[in-house]
Formats: sequence, C-alpha cells, structure tokens
Amino acid sequence: MQVSLPGLDDVALDLSESGTGPPIVVLHGIEKLGTEPPLHALLARGGRVIAPAHPGFGGSLLPAWIDSIDDLSYLYLDLLDWLDLNDVILVGSSMGGWIAAEMAVKCCRRLSHLVLVSPFGIKVGDRETRDVPDIFALSPDEVSRLIWHDRARAPDIASLPDDAAEQLLRHQEAAALFLWEPYMHNPKLQRRLHRISVPTLVLRGEFDGLVSEANARAYCAGIPGASYAMLAGAGHVPEYERPADLAAHILGFAGLG
Amino acid sequence: MRVWYFSENAYPYLPNGLDNLRVTLPNRLYDPKIGAALYSRYFDEWQLADEEGLDLMCNEHHQTAINLNPAAPLVMAVLARITKRARLLVLGNPIANRRDPVRVAEEMAMIDNYSRGRLEVGFVRGVPYEISAANANPMRTMDRLWEAHDLIVKAWTTHDAPFNWEGRYFQHRQVNVWPRPYQEPHPPVWITSITPSSMARIAEHGYTTATFLTGVGPTKTGFDAYRQRRHELDLPMAEDRLAYSGIVYVGDTDQEGFDGARKIMWVITHNLAALQFKIPPGYAPARARLQVMRGKAGLLHGLDTSIEALVDQGIAFAGNPDTVYRQIERHYRAVGGYGHLLMLGQSGFLEHDETEKGIRRFARDVYPRLKGLGTEPVREAQTAR
Repeated sequence: MQVSLPGLDDVALDLSESGTGPPIVVLHGIEKLGTEPPLHALLARGGRVIAPAHPGFGGSLLPAWIDSIDDLSYLYLDLLDWLDLNDVILVGSSMGGWIAAEMAVKCCRRLSHLVLVSPFGIKVGDRETRDVPDIFALSPDEVSRLIWHDRARAPDIASLPDDAAEQLLRHQEAAALFLWEPYMHNPKLQRRLHRISVPTLVLRGEFDGLVSEANARAYCAGIPGASYAMLAGAGHVPEYERPADLAAHILGFAGLG
Repeated sequence: MRVWYFSENAYPYLPNGLDNLRVTLPNRLYDPKIGAALYSRYFDEWQLADEEGLDLMCNEHHQTAINLNPAAPLVMAVLARITKRARLLVLGNPIANRRDPVRVAEEMAMIDNYSRGRLEVGFVRGVPYEISAANANPMRTMDRLWEAHDLIVKAWTTHDAPFNWEGRYFQHRQVNVWPRPYQEPHPPVWITSITPSSMARIAEHGYTTATFLTGVGPTKTGFDAYRQRRHELDLPMAEDRLAYSGIVYVGDTDQEGFDGARKIMWVITHNLAALQFKIPPGYAPARARLQVMRGKAGLLHGLDTSIEALVDQGIAFAGNPDTVYRQIERHYRAVGGYGHLLMLGQSGFLEHDETEKGIRRFARDVYPRLKGLGTEPVREAQTAR
C-alpha cells in the first residue's frame, strides 16, 4: 500500500500492515530484501504491525528535500500523528533503530515501548576509530560478511533477476544519502538519549559485524532504565536470521507475549 | 580545430602486480625525490608545448599514482607564470566535491589575472574514485555541481556589493571576490559530460563540453545531444563548443608513433580500482551500476587494449604525421565534428625525450593541417541561465 501524508504531497510511503491490536511500528535497516521479513508475521500475532519502507527503499519515493535521518524521524512522527496511533511499540533495527531513537528523543507522546535492534546513531570511539566499519569502503562481499552471520541467507546480486538486484542497489543509494557523513551517527544524539521516557530494550545480534557490543551497550546506558539483551546466532539482521527469537523478545518486553 | 596538450602527470615507478592504484594505494610507494623530478619534468613539457604553439590543459585527481595533481589550480598558477602564449584550461575543478565554491571562484580569478586572461575554467563532477578521496556524498552530485556553478559565476560577475548565498547545498555570507576575473564577464566555461541529459543542460548555457577516451559511438551520442538542444532552442551552434580527448603520439614512422602511444596507454591499463570505489552507490543509475558489479560493463570491460584496437576505436591517434592526421580527421567526421582536441601526449613510462619529440612532431607536422578542419570558432556569449 502506498500512502501520502497530508501536507507532504511528494512523500509516497510504501506501507505494509498486518494483524490487529496494539500498534507495532517496525522500521527496517540497511538490509531490506524484496520479500517481507518473517518477523512481521510473527509480531502480527501480538498486535497491528505497520512497517513503512523508508524513502528510497521498496516502493517508497525519495523526494528531493529528504536527505537525512533527521528528516525520516520527523516523517515517521508525522505518520504516527496521521494514523493517530497511541501506545505504539516502536521497533527499529540498524538505520531504522537510529531513526526510532531520533523520534524518541524528540517526542515519546505516542509511544509505549521502544526496541532498538543493533541501532546505528551514536559514536563512542575516538576520532580515528570508526564505530561502524565503512561499508562504502569495503567490497560487497566484505559488507555482506559483516551484516550476515548466516551467509546462505544473504542476497546475491550476481544471481538475482535484474529488477530485484537493481532494487537492492537503489537501497544502497538511499543508505549512502542518509548515512555518508557524519558516518552512521549524529554527534548530538548520545547527549539527547536521556530524553527517552518510555521503557526501552536494546538488542544486538551476537555476531553483528557493524554495531559493536560496546556501542550497543553505550546506547543502552544513555537511555534511562533501558535494558540490554543479546540475540544468539544472529548477525546485523536478526529480523531475517533469528525472527522467532527477536519477535519473542519484542512481544515479551511489550507484555504481549 | 584547437589542440590542448596535457599530461596525466603519472607516477609510474611502482611495484609490479598491483591491482589497485586508486584511493587506498599507500603513499610509502611514492619517493619524493623521484616525484619532485617528475613534477619539474612535466612542467618543462608543458612549456615546450606552449613554445610549439599548443594550448595547455591540466586535470586533477586525488589519492592515486595515475595522476600527481590533487590541486589543478596550483599547476595552472605555475603554468600561468612560466608560459607566455598558450590558453590555459583547468579541466577541471571538481565542484560537486569541493566544499567551498567561493574559494574556487577566487582561485580561478587569480590565475586569470596571473595569465592576463588566458584561463579557461572547466567544471567536472569527477570520476567515481574521487568520491571517497573527496569525502563527498555520491548522491545528488549533479545538483551540487550546478548549484556550485551558479554561485561561482555569480561571484565572478558581481562587482558592486557583496551578496549572500543560502542555497540547498552551499551557504556563504558577504561574497565579494578579490580579484575579479581578468576576462569579461568571466573566463570561458567548460563542463565535461557524456550523458545526453547533462549535455542538454550544458548546451543551454553554451558552455564547451568535453568527453574523454569515449571513441566514436558514445562521443557521437553525446555531441548529438548537445547539437540537438542548441537546435531546439534555435541557438547558434559552433564546433568550438565540443571537445574530445584522445591519446596522441606522433613519430617519424607509424611504428614509432604506435610505440609512443602504447606507453601513454599505461594510464588506461593501470587505471585499476576496487569495485566499491569504481562505482559507488548513486554515482550512476542502478542499472548501469549493476552491469559493472556483474562484470558486464565498466572502464576496461571488453576493451581490447592493444594500441591497434584503441586506434581503430578512435581512443588513440598514433603513427607518422600523415597517419595521425587521417585518424583524427576520420574520428572528427565519424562523430559529427568538434572544435577542440585534448591531446593526452604523455603518461606512464613515456620518457622526456620521447615526450618532447611527440609534441614537436605533432605541433609542426599535424597541427597546421588540423587548423583547417572544421568550422570557424564563433565565440558567442555564454549565458549563465
């Protein structure tokens, strides 16, 4: 389903929706495959899952004025208003985790719970050490190894049909636009995390090659009362690699398990 | 036809077997004593080309042994002082990657004054390997290029008071460049391109466009798009708005010419980069990028890099003076004509004496005949729309 938001006519969001009950808004990461992640169906057992594709991903258009994670955070706050969602369980992974955190530091009014899965967004290392390996300076194969623990599930550009492969390359374009500089973080975000006033769970895949445990734990430490858990057997994409474990963590944390 | 001599200013003294000369090549492989001697030599060769009646061009690349000029304005500032006659083309300023267009306007205005109005100013998007070296976002590069262009032209042509710029990509207060350009209203502008859509926009301004090593087919497609847009707008068309760059080496014999061009060809065969730098996301449309990632397209893909094949394709012009004239004339006719040849006359292991000989032979025995090729240049006003 493609939806436009009032007052944002050049925004057309590709939105998938399933289930009924408490709203669970899911913001995807840099790795978004052509098929719906199994996580959505699992979460739909506990609530109404609403999953937009970010501008430039899936069937969502990328208007010329959008170029930052900050833009996306306001866009999705507008989406919550427009859908008039309350007590939202906001789930974001990877770049989606960064967007969710930026939303929550701005306004938690419509949120009940926040779940950040291997989120980008903060920098804790020194100025000469990237917190996140530079995916724009590594070979496609090296990037795939950092993202996927189970390489057998990773998309293979070489063997995908042209249209599907091009779609994944367009995702990389949008990721470059949003994540290039400052690379994978907002220098201001860490000092704003204290503003998050809803129960928060930070998760990280055991074998995540992009978000380090130190970074994820620093994220957790910055959010008042947040808890931390590790997802065994997953890389940067537990929504594809360990969807049942991830869904159980989310629904359990939100009291829907 | 005008001819502009340039060298890629390579640093070819590298270990064998390297598979990457872009972005990540450690500079411990650069010996400053060898490099300093090369810089000096390359300036001597530009000076000779000036004395022989050629115009001069220089380009800019970063973090590579392919080309030792990460700051084209510095090269041109020197050439402005050590040459007397040639027009001087910076091709170009990578303004989609430079953070401060006003600084570019100042640099170009200085060189225009140093040279008393001999400067021509090129703007380029830059090759894809420049993206990481410049730390420039690979997305929306053309939008940044055109906004930077607008700001630079306004800075050159505003003489009565400072102005402010609050654009989409650039902000600047109290813009008021000193010096102003020597030429009125500003130095001639060039913008490189190959895609028809970019060509059309360049044509609307009447700027000179240039393509590099694109042979016949892509060159003609690009030039046709430029001519077509001029025609649609009912604007005059002159061949001096189109430029083509190829490898050129002239010897006493065809054999000597081919041998020289084969050495210059180093710049093509050693232009090696890792895939992620060769085609960053957003630099080209996804479809084109996919073809490169699948090994079905790309700089060297399917290219027979024998010098004979490069000559056949119009990428290199090599041989004795008659042969080279005929090759250039054939290429000129095949693509519908152009007014400038950008002569890549040195690269790789082409030694100083060989370079000098190639320049002299070309300037004395080919260039006079080329001057008769093509229509008279018509320097109608360029317009900053």
